[in-house]
Amino acid sequence: MLTHVWIIPLIPALSFVAILAVGKRLPKKGAEIGIASVAICLVLALTTGIGWINRVNHPPESAHAEATTEAIETHEADATAEADHTPADAETEATTGEGDHAATSADEHAEGEEEHHVTPVERTVTWFQTGDTTIKAGTLIDGLSALMLVVVTFISLLVHVFSTDYVGGDRRETHYFAFLSLFTAAMLFYVISSNTLQMVVGWELVGLCSFALIGHWWEEKPNSDAALKAFLTNRVGDIGLLIGVTILYFAAGRTFDVLSLNTAANLPQGSPGSISHGLLLAGSLCLITAVMSKSGQFVLHTWLPDAMAGPTPVSALIHAATMVVAGIYLVARNYGVFFNGLSIGTANVNALAVVGCVTLLFGAALAFVQTDIKKVLAYSTVSQLGYMVAALGVGAWTAAIFHLFTHAVFKACLFLGSGSLAHHIHSFDMKKDMGGMRKRMPITHATFVIATLALMGFPLITAGFWSKDEILAGAHMLGGDGGYKFAVVMGLLGAVCTCAYMTRAYYYVFMGEPRGKSAEHELHENGPRITVPLMILAFGSIVVGWANLPEKVFGIGVPDSLSLRFEHFIEPTGLYFPSADNNFSHPEFVPWIALVSALAIVIGVGSAYLWYWKGKGPHGITERSKVARGGYQVLENKYYLDWLYTDVITGFVKGPFAKATNWFNQNVLDGVVNSVGEGARKAGGFVYHRIDQGVVDNVVKGSGLAAEGSGSVLRKSQNGKVQWYAAYLFLGATILAAIFVVVAS
Amino acid sequence: MFLNQFLLLAAALFCIGVYGVIARKNGVMVLMSIELILNAVNINLVAFSTMWFHAEGANPLAGQVFALFVIAVAAAEVGVGLAIVLAIFRNYKTVDLDQVDLMKG
Amino acid sequence: MKDLLNGWGITAAVFLPMVGALVMLAIPKSEETLHKVVALVTSLAVFAVGVALLWDFDYDHTAVLQYAQDKSWIELINARYLVGIDGISLPLIALTMLVVPLVIVYSWDHFPEPHNPKAFLLLILVLETGMIGTFVAQDLLLFFVFFELVLLPMYFMIGVWGGEQRKYASLKFFLYTAFGSALMIVSILAVYFLAEDKAGNALHTFAIPELAQWGGYGLAKSTALLIFAGFFMGFGIKVPMFPFHTWLPDAHTQAPTQGSVILAAVLLKLGTYGFVRIAVPILPVGAQSWAPVIGLLAVIGIIYGALGCLAQTDMKRLIAFSSVAHMGYVMLGIATLTPFGTNAAIFGMVAHGLITGMLFFIAGSVKDRFHTLEIKRLGGLLLQAPRMGWLLGFSVMASLGLPGLAGFWGEFPAILSAWEPGADLNQNLFRAFAVVAALGTVFAAGYLLWLLQRVAFGTPTEEFEGEHIHDMHLTDYIAWVPMVVLIVVLGIFPGLIFKVTNQAVVHSLMHLPGS
Repeated sequence: MLTHVWIIPLIPALSFVAILAVGKRLPKKGAEIGIASVAICLVLALTTGIGWINRVNHPPESAHAEATTEAIETHEADATAEADHTPADAETEATTGEGDHAATSADEHAEGEEEHHVTPVERTVTWFQTGDTTIKAGTLIDGLSALMLVVVTFISLLVHVFSTDYVGGDRRETHYFAFLSLFTAAMLFYVISSNTLQMVVGWELVGLCSFALIGHWWEEKPNSDAALKAFLTNRVGDIGLLIGVTILYFAAGRTFDVLSLNTAANLPQGSPGSISHGLLLAGSLCLITAVMSKSGQFVLHTWLPDAMAGPTPVSALIHAATMVVAGIYLVARNYGVFFNGLSIGTANVNALAVVGCVTLLFGAALAFVQTDIKKVLAYSTVSQLGYMVAALGVGAWTAAIFHLFTHAVFKACLFLGSGSLAHHIHSFDMKKDMGGMRKRMPITHATFVIATLALMGFPLITAGFWSKDEILAGAHMLGGDGGYKFAVVMGLLGAVCTCAYMTRAYYYVFMGEPRGKSAEHELHENGPRITVPLMILAFGSIVVGWANLPEKVFGIGVPDSLSLRFEHFIEPTGLYFPSADNNFSHPEFVPWIALVSALAIVIGVGSAYLWYWKGKGPHGITERSKVARGGYQVLENKYYLDWLYTDVITGFVKGPFAKATNWFNQNVLDGVVNSVGEGARKAGGFVYHRIDQGVVDNVVKGSGLAAEGSGSVLRKSQNGKVQWYAAYLFLGATILAAIFVVVAS
Repeated sequence: MFLNQFLLLAAALFCIGVYGVIARKNGVMVLMSIELILNAVNINLVAFSTMWFHAEGANPLAGQVFALFVIAVAAAEVGVGLAIVLAIFRNYKTVDLDQVDLMKG
Repeated sequence: MKDLLNGWGITAAVFLPMVGALVMLAIPKSEETLHKVVALVTSLAVFAVGVALLWDFDYDHTAVLQYAQDKSWIELINARYLVGIDGISLPLIALTMLVVPLVIVYSWDHFPEPHNPKAFLLLILVLETGMIGTFVAQDLLLFFVFFELVLLPMYFMIGVWGGEQRKYASLKFFLYTAFGSALMIVSILAVYFLAEDKAGNALHTFAIPELAQWGGYGLAKSTALLIFAGFFMGFGIKVPMFPFHTWLPDAHTQAPTQGSVILAAVLLKLGTYGFVRIAVPILPVGAQSWAPVIGLLAVIGIIYGALGCLAQTDMKRLIAFSSVAHMGYVMLGIATLTPFGTNAAIFGMVAHGLITGMLFFIAGSVKDRFHTLEIKRLGGLLLQAPRMGWLLGFSVMASLGLPGLAGFWGEFPAILSAWEPGADLNQNLFRAFAVVAALGTVFAAGYLLWLLQRVAFGTPTEEFEGEHIHDMHLTDYIAWVPMVVLIVVLGIFPGLIFKVTNQAVVHSLMHLPGS
């Protein structure tokens, strides 16, 4: 399976076509095809996962120590079309086409450490050739991509099932399922890409699906506005993507191949085949821009909350669990570039960490002023994505991916839960239309609570705890001397906020008496197609956290067969991943952080409880204090970023700037052209009237006049009198005779 | 004999004739003047012919023959001319040549 | 078969449309169906010749001139009937041969007023001769003849069957491009007189392969610059490059749909083809000096065209400005003087031809049904004519360069190759160009999606609310499906074109250092 993973994205792609072709005629409007294809993909993904686990447990023999040289050779080899450096080992399975790549893994510094090295499975074919360079396309399977395959297909399947109830009877149900399939295909294609060019393709395609699904109800302008906003904001970030991929292409010696690029990035500076630090930094910064837009980092996050205009299952799938993590995946996949480019292992601050930390706080702050539950969850997603980026920024790679994994589960649960809540009342407004829902929708309530606890990071039993704490531990321990202190502080603050705003949301939704629409409708729990996915995800929110138990928890050792399983299988070990030589290391369980984060939960939940349940605290402060009101307004207006982007920048560009350009085009440029034409016509007129008619013709006429004038003068000699004529005759004859006489003598 | 006298006579007659052709109003008088011119030429011709009668290579009677031709032609011409004058008289009721300027340009 | 093609294949492809036109001349005007059939059969015959040419083409040696014919034409000045196809011209010829039958099929029930199928189809056939002739001509004078030949039919198409300002637009189109050509002929003559072989003997030839071999050797740099300037004007106006583009919006807006499609799909490519085939190979020194200017104008065009699009209220005029922007990417690729860039440029030419051709088809169909192209009067196309709305959405996505569709391979490789331009060009300057071009993709998405939102999304405006709008007809399907399929196929397998063009492009850049 590991070598045939290309089938996995193909199936939902075909399903997309099939649904569009015949979906309308099917009883479930094409959902059958969608569900079937995703289910098959899930099975295949699990097979891949199991295959990978087997590979980790029994790695193919890797007996050589020339790994470094081989990496360099193959790195150079990718730059020529004739590369045929197939190392003698059989580590890289079945590579076809020219230019094999073997990211071999012989490890010289294995002494004393229980290292295992498993090569990824790469399979490539030639895509096209240009100049002397051959560009390949292919698949790359290692722990990370296998995990993503499972996550995407799993969540997608649950969302599909949920959608059959939630979106049933929708005006465009078939298209919905078609695009869900296309999205799944694109995301799967993205995560198994073996080179950055393919990743660009997948990246953009998921953006397309996001556009189509956010704007699913495009009859209403706010929905299509949101879709455009998502696409265009992502396009802005894509400038960074394109430039970053370009920089890294040339830096890696004219190849897009991920393994080559990152292996070269990990080489010591100055050694043959290595990439200069400046290039890595430039490439990283450009790619960070892309991550900022796709993964909703501050300041390019503004599209994410608006994306809630789309159907809720879409929000769950795309804007919580999968598409938004494309940016995280980009960094994780190319970690060699980022780790070395930003000097993550040795610094105390770097761009990635700052972006992540700012995002996690600023996103959390915004969640406090939302009345729409989906928007609360959207900002929560922004904030949690900030955690993931921050984790990558401090060097806690596994923590980031682990958090990606756990977050996908519990955030999807929360989103689907909100969908379940809104399903009958058709409203997401917490303040106006919800309240007291816990009594009448018990399953939704229970799953929501479990997922919320996971999000808050409730100690020990929820998934969020293990993943979030690992991030904080990493911020504390990794990096240069002293670690990333600011990240620890901001992370803990963010945790407090998370707890507070989720408690607030819980209060509005589940406590009190039904208000507004929830009072009007006869509320009851939803059917199994909605509740079963919720239950599965809630269950997951509890158990998946135990996949990466640290080696010691509060001093208690965890058996080797249970500890760090996630890391063991998922974290790459090849030369393309930073190693201790690059100052890469792992965080351990830090007891005081665990205690402080538990305290943070108490503070967060407690203060929200006091505020909302007990009514304590400075209620109405925004009325009394200008500062508070100002602060509130800033939050309400989302830091005025939307105003800046939509009204100022976009409005300026498509309004006055475009109009000015058009004016310039019509009046200046075209004015020149037209005046050239006008001038030519006037010149022609002048030449014709003045010169041709005036001068040349007048000369012609003048000759006529002269002839006429002289004629009328000479005519006078013709007076009709014969005698005159006779006189002329004689005169003439006399003159002639005189001349003859004179001349003759 | 003196050639000069004959030439002088011929020249005088010629001038009188030219004067008559140019200055006379009456068409018949113009014709008569033309006759004078022609006859003056005749005198010239005969005079020169006689003078060169004995010269070598000359045709002895060329001048007299030419003069006879002139007389014949003059007679014909007078006939035609008088016919024209008659036609003019019939159309214009006058033979004043100053009135006949229909061909003026 | 190969011999037949080697002998007369190209000539057949070039002149068959003329034969068809002559046949049509003889048929009386009232026999409309017969005219349509003759025109379609002729164009399909040309297409069949094209398929045969594609089939027998030697794809392993695309730099070699194939199916070549070399006959004496005007002995006195050594102008020859020299024609041939290599990797650079093949994709464009294929594009032309594909687009013309599709346009004729589309026209089946869609003739513009005043209704005169005979004249209209005749002009299309004459256009086809001119277009194919330009792409196969390997002699500068022959090239010039065909290059100018296309102006007349297009002038009439716009001037007779166009919109309200057709007289102005057609005249402007004709004079502006003819002006450029006038400067180009000076350059052609200059090259004729100045080309010398290594021994110093004057070559006195118009033959492009020989002149490319000469590569401007022995010319003073200022001379080379001036000659290149002449070519630049001739081709640059046609591309169209900023600031010589102002004829395009008027021509496109006023032209009938079929005219717009042919103009966008093929005629614009004559300019860029001229750069790749003639200007750069024959005058590499001139190209090196001019490349920064061309690059600058190209990226200005990308942004400027996008801004122009944002200000438009007429759908066709918007698409016309988008052509300016797209050709900016093509010219940027050419300006990098690298194989990847030029490959990208040729790919971009084909992609733009298909995609913008598609967009103009849809615009024309919208005009047919709604009798207006004012964007603010349109809306909800997906509700009233869903298939057309989908196609518009698809074309919009292709046009903004979505990977997986053909447009991407015209844009991204241009940006990539601008990052490390060839021929000792200023790297920082071209990197700035690359960043601006990347910014241009945002603008492209902006104006295209905004157009899509206003026209396809939402609900119909009051004016057209209850109206029954016909969705796609059979002729529309036949005309458009091949283009759609090609856009997708080329998007997934860019190698189809890169494989053809690569060797020929490398060969054309042979005189340039370090490509």
